[in-house]
Amino acid sequence: MKELICIVCPKGCHLKVDEENGYAVTGNTCLKGAEYGKNELLNPMRVVTSTVRAEGGAYPRCSVKTAGSIPKGKIFEVMNALDSVTLKAPVKTGDIVIKDVCGTGVDVVATRNL
Amino acid sequence: MNEQLYDVAVIGGGPAGLAAALKARENGAEKVIILERDKEEGGILNQCIHNGFGLHYFKEELTGPEYAGRFVAQLEGSGIELWLDTMVLDLNADTHEIHAVSGKYGYCLIKAKAIVLAMGCRERTRGAIGIPGTRPAGVFTAGTAQRYVNMEGYMVGKKVLILGSGDIGLIMARRMTLEGAKVLACVEVMPYSGGLNRNIVQCLHDYNIPLYLSHTIIDIQGKDRVEKAIVAKVDENRKPIPGTEMEFDCDTILLSVGLIPENELTRGAGITIDRRTNGAVVFENMETQAEGIFACGNVVHVHDLVDYVTAESSRAGAAAAEYACGKRRGGRIIEVSNGDGVTYTVPQRIRVEAVEKFAELFFRVRNVYSGDLRIVVKDGDKTVASYKREHLAPGEMEHITLPKVILDKVQGDITVSVEEAK
Repeated sequence: MKELICIVCPKGCHLKVDEENGYAVTGNTCLKGAEYGKNELLNPMRVVTSTVRAEGGAYPRCSVKTAGSIPKGKIFEVMNALDSVTLKAPVKTGDIVIKDVCGTGVDVVATRNL
Repeated sequence: MNEQLYDVAVIGGGPAGLAAALKARENGAEKVIILERDKEEGGILNQCIHNGFGLHYFKEELTGPEYAGRFVAQLEGSGIELWLDTMVLDLNADTHEIHAVSGKYGYCLIKAKAIVLAMGCRERTRGAIGIPGTRPAGVFTAGTAQRYVNMEGYMVGKKVLILGSGDIGLIMARRMTLEGAKVLACVEVMPYSGGLNRNIVQCLHDYNIPLYLSHTIIDIQGKDRVEKAIVAKVDENRKPIPGTEMEFDCDTILLSVGLIPENELTRGAGITIDRRTNGAVVFENMETQAEGIFACGNVVHVHDLVDYVTAESSRAGAAAAEYACGKRRGGRIIEVSNGDGVTYTVPQRIRVEAVEKFAELFFRVRNVYSGDLRIVVKDGDKTVASYKREHLAPGEMEHITLPKVILDKVQGDITVSVEEAK
C-alpha cells in the first residue's frame, strides 16, 4: 500500500494505492484521482511549463507548456530542447513551438500572445 | 486636465479587475473603464507561467497567461475602455473622483457612479520580517524573482535557499531547478506549510528539495552578494533554539513570506479596513463601507486560487453595475464575527434584505485541524447552521453558503467557529 497526495487539482486528496490489488485507489474523490494514483506508481507523468527566447515582442521570453503530460523522467530533456528555440513575434497562444518534443508524441505550445 | 464620466471605473487590470469590468458591462453598465498601471493587462497571471489555473472556473487546467488571455479576449468588442500605463494617485470616496496619471492622457480626473477596487496585493519583504545579517545583493521576494525569470529573461541565482513555503515559494523552487539552479532547501517557520499540498508534491518532492518545517533563517552573510545563510530550528514560540544551526552555502535567498493587500488608495480615501484581512470591510455584495465603492480579489483578502478571485469579482462587478443603474441596498445589517479557530471572514457584514437566495461566506482557520470537524454558525448561543469538514488548514481558504431562509431568522449577529468532536 502506497500513500500519495493527488496533484490533479488544488484539493490535494490523500490517496492510498494498493500495488498488490491491481493498483486499486482509495481516498480519491474523483475519477481523475484514481487514474493519477495508478499512473503515479506505474508511469508518472507531468506537464512541463517554461519559457523560450523571443525576439520582437514586448518581452524577451515567451511562456510555453507541453500540450499534454510527458514522462516525469524526460522533464530535463525537454528543458534542454526548449533552450535551442528562439521565437519571433507575433506569437499566438497555442502556436506550436516544438512538435513531438523529445519523441514524447506531445507538442510544446505557446501559452501567451506576444 | 482631462475630465471623464463613467458608470463603472475599475482600478486594476489583473484577474479581479478584468472579471469585475466584464460582469459590470454584461449587467448593464454602459461606460466602463479599467485603469491599469502595467504596460499590459492580466496582472500577476502573466508571470505565473505554471499550470493549475481554471479548474473550477473553466473546468480545464490552464497556465496563468492562458487564464488571463481568456478574459482579455472577452474585452475586445465589449466596449470596455482599457487604459494601460495609468497610475491612480488618489481616490475620493465621497465624490467618486479618481485622480490618475497616464503616459497617453496625462493627468486625468475620472468620475464614476460606481468604483471597483481591484489593486491586488504585494509581497512581504525582508524588511517586513526583519531577518538579521548583512544586506548583500541576492535577496529577492519570490514574485520578483518569478518576474525576472519568466518575463524579463534574467536568471537570479545558482544556489538558492527559499524562506517560506507559500505557493509562490514552492513554485519558484521548481522553476529555479528547471532553469538549472540548485535549490538547497525550503525553510518554513510554522510547523505546517502555507502552500497547497499538490505544490509540495510536484515542486519539492519531485525534485528532492527538502522542506524544513519549524525552521527559520537567523543570519544572512556576505558582502556584495549573499554567501551564506544560517538556519535554525524554532520552538513553539517561534524562537530559534541554540545548537540547532545549519549552514547553507547559497548565493540567493527567495522570500515567500506572505502577501499584503495593497490598500494605500483605500486608506487614503478613509474607507474602513479590517485589520485581520488588511483589506476593506465589505458587505455581502462586496460593497465597502463607502457607498458605491466595491472591492474584490486579493485587495480584500488574499486568495489561494484565482478561480475564486474571478467568482468574487464577478459578484462585485454585478453589484457595481446595479449601483450605477440606480439601485440601492439597505435594511438590517448582520455583523459576522470570528469565533474559535477562525481568523477572519469575508464579507464581514450582511444586509439580509439584499440577499437573494443565499450569502457566501469565505474565511480562514487559525490552525491545522483534522478529524470530525464542524463549522458552526451561531446566532447568540443558538446554532443556526453547521457544516461538516474532515480537514482544515490556514493555507486553504474555506467557504460556506448561508441560505436566506436561515439569515431571515437570525435575531442578532452571527459568529462563525470551528468545533472539534470530543
